[in-house]
Amino acid sequence: MADESQPTTALYKQTLLAGLWRENPVFRLLLGMCPTLAVTAAVKPAFTMGCCVIFVLVCSNIIVSLMRNLLKPHLRILMFTLTIATFVTIADLFLKAFVPRMSETLGPYVPLIIVNCIIICRAEACASKNPLLVSIIDALGMGAGFTLTLCVLASIRELLSTGMIFEVQVMPDAFVPWAAMSMPVGAFITLGLLLGLVNIISRSRS
Amino acid sequence: MDMVTTLLLAFISIVIINNLVFTKFLGICPYLGVSGRIDMAFGMGMAVTFVVTLSGTMTWMIDNWILMKLGLEVTRYVCFILVIAGAVQLVEMYVRKFFPSLYDSFGIFLPLITTNCAILGLCLFINLWEVDSLIEAVVLSFGAGIGFTMAICIMAGIRENLNLADVPDCLKGAPITLITAGLLALAFMGFAGMIR
Repeated sequence: MADESQPTTALYKQTLLAGLWRENPVFRLLLGMCPTLAVTAAVKPAFTMGCCVIFVLVCSNIIVSLMRNLLKPHLRILMFTLTIATFVTIADLFLKAFVPRMSETLGPYVPLIIVNCIIICRAEACASKNPLLVSIIDALGMGAGFTLTLCVLASIRELLSTGMIFEVQVMPDAFVPWAAMSMPVGAFITLGLLLGLVNIISRSRS
Repeated sequence: MDMVTTLLLAFISIVIINNLVFTKFLGICPYLGVSGRIDMAFGMGMAVTFVVTLSGTMTWMIDNWILMKLGLEVTRYVCFILVIAGAVQLVEMYVRKFFPSLYDSFGIFLPLITTNCAILGLCLFINLWEVDSLIEAVVLSFGAGIGFTMAICIMAGIRENLNLADVPDCLKGAPITLITAGLLALAFMGFAGMIR
């Protein structure tokens, strides 16, 4: 038994860690760019968005993995989208009920999780082929990778645009905020430079 | 006359001032994926314009005439995505039947319009802005498509020239495209506040 469980644990660990760096959804697969750019003006909305994505990703992966043997190939994508839309509605109503101000800040970007490519990609590439446990772990890893990326991008932008991180002042008073960093320009250019940095790091490793 | 002015302003505002790509970050995936060649970019823009006009109009009608009357707003997202998927399927069938060569050159990108955030995003924005007349919803959806086409064509033109430029190795591909998009967004920021 020990021989059998050893490789599976290793597989789970590998699946979990894949999302963080090797197959990081934003930096490596260039998926889900829309929320990545839109909600990263500050860390708080970015983190909330990440949590929503993790919730939807895990739930939809569970459902898709459970019904993977019943799916007809040509109706597959439609079923994925409907499953995702249901869970996104739940997440949206939850945010509206418990954190109404955050829900207002995020606005239409919460329902836009429906068309976030990461979730459909994971449903298609992982959950529709793998058993339940692997799918859940994969969803957690990918979601964590996505949230982490969002937070990194958001902390850079929030730091440069207001001098604060998580609404706590970190820069000295003499720091002049770069207003442009909280605007679309800042989002595009920061993400572009970060992607370049990731390229340099992964090249020097190999 | 008043109506015409309102519609014209709505059109200009969605094409230039509230451009979906540069100010709302919608439709970035095809924006990065298909902007390599200008003819492909234009075709993609046209397909998106068609789908977005159709689905923007239909979701407005469903939302205002059916869902709000029956108090079924909770199912809004599910209905929207179904309408969009249906509209894309319609376009796909039409293009395959009447323009087979165009259909071949699009390949996978045509069905992927379903998951283009620009389309669902626009439907949601129309709902958020509380647009209350059908004709304004139609103009806004059509304008959004035109705005997307314009953005993706500008980008394709720049990228065709970018191929000849000496870009640092680590920035080749997506990073430099994003930085270019940032500079374009900076240019479009100049229009902000022109109306309202």
